[in-house]
This record gives sequence, structure tokens and C-alpha cells, in this order.
Amino acid sequence: MGVGIKVEHLNAWFGKTQALHDISIDVPANHATAVIGPSGCGKSTFVRCLNRMHETVPDARATGKVRMGELDVYNGTAAVQIRRRIGMVFQKANPFPTMSIYDNVAAGLKLNGFHDRQRLDEIVERSLKLSALWDEVKDTLRKKSGASLSGGQQQRLCIARALAVSPEVLLMDEPCSALDPISTGKIEELIFQLKENFTIVIVTHNMQQASRVAEFTGFFLLGKLIEFDKTEKIFTTPSDKRTEDYITGRFG
Amino acid sequence: MMRSRFQQGLDDLRTRLLRMGGLAEQAVDRACQAYIDRDLTRCHLVLEGETQINLIEREIDELAFDLLAMQQPMAVDLRFILAVTKINSDLERVGDQAVNIAERVMDMVELPKVELPVDIARMAAAASAMVRRALESFIEGKAELAQAVLEMDNVVDRMKDEAFITLVKGMNEHPETTRQALDALLIARNLERVADHATNIAEDVIFWVRGADVRHNIGPEAPVQTAVTDTH
Repeated sequence: MGVGIKVEHLNAWFGKTQALHDISIDVPANHATAVIGPSGCGKSTFVRCLNRMHETVPDARATGKVRMGELDVYNGTAAVQIRRRIGMVFQKANPFPTMSIYDNVAAGLKLNGFHDRQRLDEIVERSLKLSALWDEVKDTLRKKSGASLSGGQQQRLCIARALAVSPEVLLMDEPCSALDPISTGKIEELIFQLKENFTIVIVTHNMQQASRVAEFTGFFLLGKLIEFDKTEKIFTTPSDKRTEDYITGRFG
Repeated sequence: MMRSRFQQGLDDLRTRLLRMGGLAEQAVDRACQAYIDRDLTRCHLVLEGETQINLIEREIDELAFDLLAMQQPMAVDLRFILAVTKINSDLERVGDQAVNIAERVMDMVELPKVELPVDIARMAAAASAMVRRALESFIEGKAELAQAVLEMDNVVDRMKDEAFITLVKGMNEHPETTRQALDALLIARNLERVADHATNIAEDVIFWVRGADVRHNIGPEAPVQTAVTDTH
């Protein structure tokens, strides 16, 4: 099951440049939350702070509190342990090109020393079924490489790889921006189904996508969280003029 | 580029709706003046004008449909287009009521002229003012003006109730005037419906401007919360 994420007074910097300013937000468990805003508003930095990917950039740092369920993300927990519980899918699908489809999905588990063959088979199958890819690849699992799949399939493979280590939260940073409408539709349908078991945070430039898949939406501007509310409220009657101007295309 | 084309589409929608509003308002005024003057020429003008109103209704719906499909509007733009389609429908109905009034007048003109205990002219002025002010609130984009229209509806409702009582009484006392009184009663009913449509238009303006659903005196949050619960 997914867990909620409580963010309090989160600030983030790249060197001397402050990218996030005092963000406080409650991401509800087992729902999809969309993060929208113009380029450079800090939305990707925000999700990368949730699983401590932000600190992998030289000179980058963050302050504030992030709690994922009972876990304090920035205090007393190893980054590796955090990332095991928070899966991430990126804008561009990034399967391991030399590995088979099967090994791509099993990679995280094997890295963690998990080698029970029968359990691995079960988990790979379950993950590929969860990511709605199983039927398309079940006959070529070990024969074909991850890189041989189409763009949409590769993205679903990356989702399966993230799901294989049983995370509680799935972060998606513009997962459909490079996909055609059919692949996008499949991923969106997948997000809808995955919410039953995972908490999802999705960064998107596509506001129709946010309105289709997410129950909650946060609007970021210049590193600040301007508004966070139920998605239907944000897209029909936003409270802040800046949100309204952005989603109606009057700036950004 | 896309945005400016979109803005042009919204402006176009607004202009056409105002034209539609002007025609509907004119139809009601003409029909009521026809009643006062027993003027068949005005009645025919109302009947002929309906075709134009119906044509513009379709044009507005088509344009709104295109904008929804092609531009996927959000927030205030989405509310504006939804409000326009609903106001469009109400204005077409206002036009229908004007036609009904004109037809009643045509029937009355065939009958001997009698004095009826009802002030249709006053009621027509009130209903017509409601349509005009509802359209003004749309032009100005001001919810306060629309709110004032909602408060006028009770006045017209009361006029209709009073007309009903006095006309029925008149029919009992002077049965020979029954057909004329019945026509006047139906006209009063038509004017009350015109006022109802003006009320709907005002409610749609409030929805567009404030994002608040004030219909049926239900609290604004109630239906939304139910919808959220249902989807989870």
C-alpha cells in the first residue's frame, strides 16, 4: 500500500541559486498528485527532493522536513533505503540497453542480493502485469533486450522495473512527454490502476494529463508552491490569479 | 499564436451571444407592444425573427463545441464557454416565449376588445428589464449585477400569481370575456417564464465570474463533494 508524504518548509538550492522556497505540502496516500508549472519553476527539483535524488547533483542541497509514512527522509535514513521505497520514472525511458527485458525488471532486486529464481520469476511477471506490458513481452522475456522495445513499451518497462522492488511511492517526471497518444493513454490508464497500491506524484507539462490522472494538483511558480488543491478545483475555479493565468495560457 | 486565435474565438462567441440576446429581448418587447396595440404586424415580425434566433443558437453551439474540442479551455475560459452555451439555450427559449405571446395576441385580435383586470404592460416591462440586466451583467462580467436580477424574479412571480387570481375572478364574473382572459393568463405565464430564463442567465453569469453554482439555493460545495466521494 502507498503512504502519504508530508513535506514541511522544504528549501532547495543549486549552489547559490535557490530553486525551492519553503514548500509545505501533504501528498495523500494512494492517490495521484500532479505537479504543474512553467519550465524552471522547480517542479522536477521538488520530486527529486522527495527521494533525495536532488543531492546527487554537485553543489545541490536541501533543508526542511520530508516524511514518508513513519520514515524521516532527511534524518537518520540512508538515501539508498529511501530510494528503495520510492520508485522513480523519468521523462526519457532508460532501460539497461544490454540487458534482456527480464533482467531489466529484476535488476533492482538482484542488486539487493535477491537471487531466489522462482520468486524472481513471480515478481517479474507481477511487475510486468502491473505495468500492463506482460501480454506484449511474455514470449520474448529473455530473448529481447529492453532497448528493442518501442518508446511506450520501454517506459512501461521502466515502470515495471520501479515496481519490482515494491515501493510505496512512485515518482514520475514527465513520463509521457516523449510518447505518442496511444502509449500515453496506456500509461495514464496504468497510473489510474496503480493508485490502488501506490502513492503517485507526477510532474507534467500537459495540463489535460494532470486533469485526467490526478486527484490533487500543485501549481509551482518561481520555486514556490502557489496553490495545492483538488484537481477539479484547480482546473475549474483556482483560488489564485497566477494559477488561473497559467492554466488558461495567459502566461508561461 | 494559438492563444490569440483562442481569444479571438472567445470574443467571437461573446459577440454572437450578445447579438442573440439583442434579438431575444427585441422579440419580447415587440410581442408585448403587439399586445398593448393589438398590432398584427409586430406579431408577424416576432414570428419571422424566430428563424434568425434559431440560426444564431446553432452557430453559437457549433463555435463553443469547436473551442472546447480544439482548445481544451480551463478555469475561467471553460466556465465562460459553458455559461455561454447555457445562456444561448435560455435566450432561444426567451425567443420561443415571445412567439407564444405573439400567437396569443393574434388570437385576441380576432376577438372583441375587452377590459381585463391585469397590467400585462407592467409585467412585460419587469420581465424585459430582467433579460436586459442579465445581459448587462454578462457584458460587464459583474456578478453583483447578476445577483440583482435573481432578486427581481420574486416580483414577476408575484405579478403572475396576482394576474391568475384576478383573471380567474374576472372569468367567473364575466364569462363572455373568458377567451380573452385565458389569452392574457397564458401571456402572463409566458412572461413569468421569460423572467425564469433571465434568472438562469444571471446564475450562469455568476458561475462564469465567481465559479459558484447558485442554482436552486443549494450550497456551493454540496454537489462537488458528492462527486469527489463517488470517484474515489
